[in-house]
This record gives sequence, C-alpha cells and structure tokens, in this order.
Amino acid sequence: MGNVMNRLENVFRDVFDDDRIVISENTTAADIEDWDSLEHINLIAAVEKEFGMRFTMKEVSGMKNVGEMLDIICERGK
Amino acid sequence: MKELTYPFDSSELMKNKKKLRRLLLNDGRTRFKKKIAFLCGSTADDIIKMTEIFLLDMGIECEFYKSEYNKFWEDGVFDNPHLNKFAPDIILIHTTNRNIRSYVFDMTVDCKQAEDMLSEEYRRFETLWESLREKYNCPIIQNNFDMPLYRVLGNRDIWDHHGFGNFITKLNMRFYEYASSHESFYINDINYISAQYGLEKWADPSYWYMYKYALSPECIPELSLNIANIIKSIFGRNKKVLMTDLDNTLWGGVVGDDGVEGIETGQETAAGECFSEFQEYIRQHKQIGIVLGVNSKNDHENALAGLESPDVAVKPDDFAVIKANWEPKSINLEEAAGELNLLPESFVFLDDNPAEREIVTAQTGASAPCLDNIHEYIRTVDRNGYFEVTALSHDDLERNDMYMADKQRRETSKRFDSYEDYLESLEMRAVIHGFEPADIPRVTQLTNKSNQFNLTTRRYTQGEIEAASADENCITLCGRLEDKFGSYGIVSVMIGRVDGDAMDIELWLMSCRVLRRGMEYAMMDRLLEQASVRGVKEVKGHYYKTPKNSMVKELYRDMVFEKVLEEPNGDSHWRLCLQGRQKLKYFIDIKES
Repeated sequence: MGNVMNRLENVFRDVFDDDRIVISENTTAADIEDWDSLEHINLIAAVEKEFGMRFTMKEVSGMKNVGEMLDIICERGK
Repeated sequence: MKELTYPFDSSELMKNKKKLRRLLLNDGRTRFKKKIAFLCGSTADDIIKMTEIFLLDMGIECEFYKSEYNKFWEDGVFDNPHLNKFAPDIILIHTTNRNIRSYVFDMTVDCKQAEDMLSEEYRRFETLWESLREKYNCPIIQNNFDMPLYRVLGNRDIWDHHGFGNFITKLNMRFYEYASSHESFYINDINYISAQYGLEKWADPSYWYMYKYALSPECIPELSLNIANIIKSIFGRNKKVLMTDLDNTLWGGVVGDDGVEGIETGQETAAGECFSEFQEYIRQHKQIGIVLGVNSKNDHENALAGLESPDVAVKPDDFAVIKANWEPKSINLEEAAGELNLLPESFVFLDDNPAEREIVTAQTGASAPCLDNIHEYIRTVDRNGYFEVTALSHDDLERNDMYMADKQRRETSKRFDSYEDYLESLEMRAVIHGFEPADIPRVTQLTNKSNQFNLTTRRYTQGEIEAASADENCITLCGRLEDKFGSYGIVSVMIGRVDGDAMDIELWLMSCRVLRRGMEYAMMDRLLEQASVRGVKEVKGHYYKTPKNSMVKELYRDMVFEKVLEEPNGDSHWRLCLQGRQKLKYFIDIKES
C-alpha cells in the first residue's frame, strides 16, 4: 500500500509540476491549487497509465478524495 | 528537445506538460512571437498546451486565443471584439466528425437529398472560412474529418450515399477542392493521423461523454505535433537540409570493408529492399526543394563508389554537398552549412549511430531523429514533419539546381586573382521591382525565414505583404539574381515607408546564398533611386540586433549612411541625406523586368 501511495504521489508531482506535493487519503481537489476540472482529466489519464488500468465513468465522477482513488487502484491496478 | 522528437512517449509528454513548458521557457533561447487563435468544436485546452510546447521547441513562442466550447462557428462568423483585439497571425479550426451537423442516418433519403445535406454542411464551413478571411486576413488551418466509430451499414457504409463514412469522404474532398483553389488555407489531416494511430485509440468515447474530448489524451501529442508542423512551416521554420550518413544508414554494411559488391541494397534481401526504399524516400525530397548532403566517415573515393553503385537510388549528383572523410561529423556539418550559407540548425542529420547523433546535435543544433531499425527509418523521419510543405514556391522546386550551380561557382572562384575579376566573370543580372502577385508567397516566406542578413527581422504574413504592396506610402522591392551558372530566384526584399520627405526602411533582408555578390548595393541603389523620384530627402535605416544578424551590424555604414544612435541593447539607427547622392558600386546588370 505504501508503495502505491508513493507511486501515486509521484504522478501528482509530475502532473502539477510541483515536487513539494504530499498527498494523503484525505487529499481532495481543494488541497491542490492547480487541480481543476481540466487538470483532473490529465491526472486521471496519468494515473491510469501508471497503474495499467482504467477507471469507469462512474468512478471518475464519483471519487471524493485520494483515498477512494487509492481503493480502486489497489483493487484493479498493477 | 529529445523527448519531443518522434517516436515519443505520448503519456509521458501529457503527464509532464507543465514541466516541459517551464524548461523550454527557461532555456535562454530567443524565439519569435506569434498569436494563434483556436476555434474549437470540442474541449481543446490540452491540445493547445501541447501545441505550445512543440512550437516552443521549434523556436516559436505563441500566445493563444480559444473560442468558447463548441462556439467555433459563431466565434468566427459573428462580430467578435475579443478576436479582433487579439489580431491572430493564424486561425486554426479544430473540429472532428462529432461536429458534423447536417448528416442524418435516414434510409429514405435519395441521392439528390444526400447531395443537399452534403452541400449544406460544406457551406457552413465555407461561410466560416470566408468570414475569417475577410475579417482577419491571416492563414487558416482547417482539419478534414476522421472516420466514424461505427458503421450501421457495415462495409456498405463507405460507398452508399446513406453511410456516414461516405458522407465524410465526400465532405473531405470538398475541403480539398477549397484548399487547392485558395491561398493561405491549409488542411490539418486528422483523417491520416487518426488512421495511423488507430481509430479506436484515437476516439475513446468515454472521454467524449465525460469531458467532451473528441480524442483521447494519448493522441493529443500526435495531433499537436501535426498542427505545430503546419504552423512552423507557414512561419518559414522548416528544416532545409537532409544530410545522411552512408554505412548502415543509406545502405547495409561498410563500403570501405565490404566493397561496392558487398553492401546491402537493392532487391536481393529484405534489408536491401528497406535500404532501397529509404534511398528513394530521401531522393524524393529533392523535388520539394530540400537540399541533400552526405556526412560519412569514409574515404571520399569509397563513398562515391558506393553512391555510384547501380543498386543505390541516390547518386553523387543528387547531393549538393558530400563530406566523406575522417573529420568529426559535427565539423563536417558545420562546414557544409558554411558552404551552403545555411544555419546548422536547419539540418536534419540521419545516422544509425547514437553516439554520432548525440555529438552532432550537441555541437551544431541540428536535429537527429533516433534511427534504430532500418524498417523504421522512413516512418521516423516522416512523422517528425521536418519538411512540412505549406507553400511550394518556384524556387523550392529549383533549389537543388541552384545549389549545384553554387558548387560550380566555388570551383570557378579559385581561378581568379581578384574578387572583382571573379564577380565580373559571373555575368550577373538582376531584376528588381515592386512586389507583384506572383512574388508574394516567396516574399512572405523570405521574411519569415531569413535570420542572418536581416536588418529588422520583422516577420510578415501573406496578408501583410499584400497590404504593403498595395500601400501608396510603401516602396516595395524584390530582387531576383541570376548569373552564367543559373538563377537564384528572389533573393532580397525591401520595404520603405514614405512619410512626407522622409523614408523609413522597415524591412531589408537578403538570402545568404548571394552574400558578397554586391546584390545588397544594387537593392539599396534602386530603393534610393525610387525614393528620390518620390521627393524623399532623408532616409532612415535601423539595425535591430538579434542573436543571428550580427553580420549586418555595420551594413548601413557600407551604404554611406551615418550612425545617429547606438542603443545599449545593440540596436542602431542610421540616416542618409539623399541630396548629392552617389551611385553605389556593384557588378550586376540591372533590368526593369
């Protein structure tokens, strides 16, 4: 789990070009300045690529925070 | 930037967009600035960001305008103060088959009605283009359409007039007819890009339903590179030279070791066929005005023997420059650039050896795509779009003949005692006159690609050049030069703006191919002559310093102007009083037309 969190954190850092970003299960879009609806698309695509999986449309619109994203990754990610 | 050279990792590029942009903007390069308007039929923010990155890498820094989501038509056709104020240098319309409105799937429609649907759709776009043309007078880039994701009629969909595939194919053909009969209108061929990427991967429906992305993020870099290539080509930033290594690049094996009989080329083996096709691909570039060169570690005789082999499709005479020796390839490339009067960065260097590519790119700034497997050579070079053809001037078609004539001139110049004797022996003739309609594409091209002999480095669109030629207050001049070895076509351009009894030289450039031939004196002489006729008493000239134009820093001094002011940034301002002017000296016979 810790390893998945690290990989996810690196994806966040790349997408938002900010090495100081630290994420937790409670992180939401409100916590990261550039995380708007457009960057969300990039973030999702980058996460999917990193973990070799796809989110369903329902999941993409339903995720409330990083914790929920993490749950889906742990279930289906590689 | 290596990451941005095809084949690239699309997902990595998309993920790292912010970082790439930051790195490029901070790399210290001087770029020229342009304004591009995107009129979009779907969410295009990432397409714009990615296009920006590719353009930065190509030396162009752009500011962007983006239409409201799916308001590409309304934004273009109706009065639009924002777009007016933005004053675009290029307008790009980004649509996909999702934006086609008039087509309906209806099996009761007859041929005539299908034709009417098609015309209605076509006219919607034509109205948009005409409106943009009239209001903004700048180049327009319009995509054709990608093929549909499903086919209710199956294979019948493509030929039956009820099919969407059939509709799209016909609509695309209408677009091409418009493109072939209108200047400054360019097709962004997404039909090809989507096909080569794979339609299913290109248009992932989930991205459309969730975000109104007509194509999936992974394809965006492919599309953006394609767009950036068209834009850079319009602004004259294409590569100009294709310089190739020989052993294991142009043919298989090492000619010095294996002998001409031993090299792999021709129809005998699979690899041989690959090399032959690659040679043919390289040779085809000659026809679009790309200069060919050889850069090989070989004895000169061995290199020539290889090229003369009947199984090799490119011959020594196809190459304007052949560097086959044991010097470092970076030095060879720089020497070749000097001989051709072109910048090393306008070269594409082909070599199978990664170490050679590395040193050549690092030392000279030339581009060197990664060539690993012979069967991928063509695709790799082709997809990078180094030579994207937007305008094809008469000069482009004859460029190689000009460089071959240059080769002969260099030989000749060795036989004269004085340079003046040499100049006289060339029997040079020039035709210098105002811009005529046929000159406009070439003149525009020159204003965008001349860097070294360019006093003000002002870049012009075709519309601006047309406007200058029609402006009563402008004296426009373009000069063609020829000598006993051949013609150079249009090599120099001037624009002088007359205001009362003063004239300001807004633009003065010359192709470096004709340096040290006296053409600059002939041009200035003609300009001053015409200025005098118009009653001009004082002429002002400016030198605006760029990293590339130091060769003309003191040019006005040679033309007997006096320096009025030198600014701390290196710019200088000059003036000349026309009273009692003396004719300048040169060895060129001037004709009116």
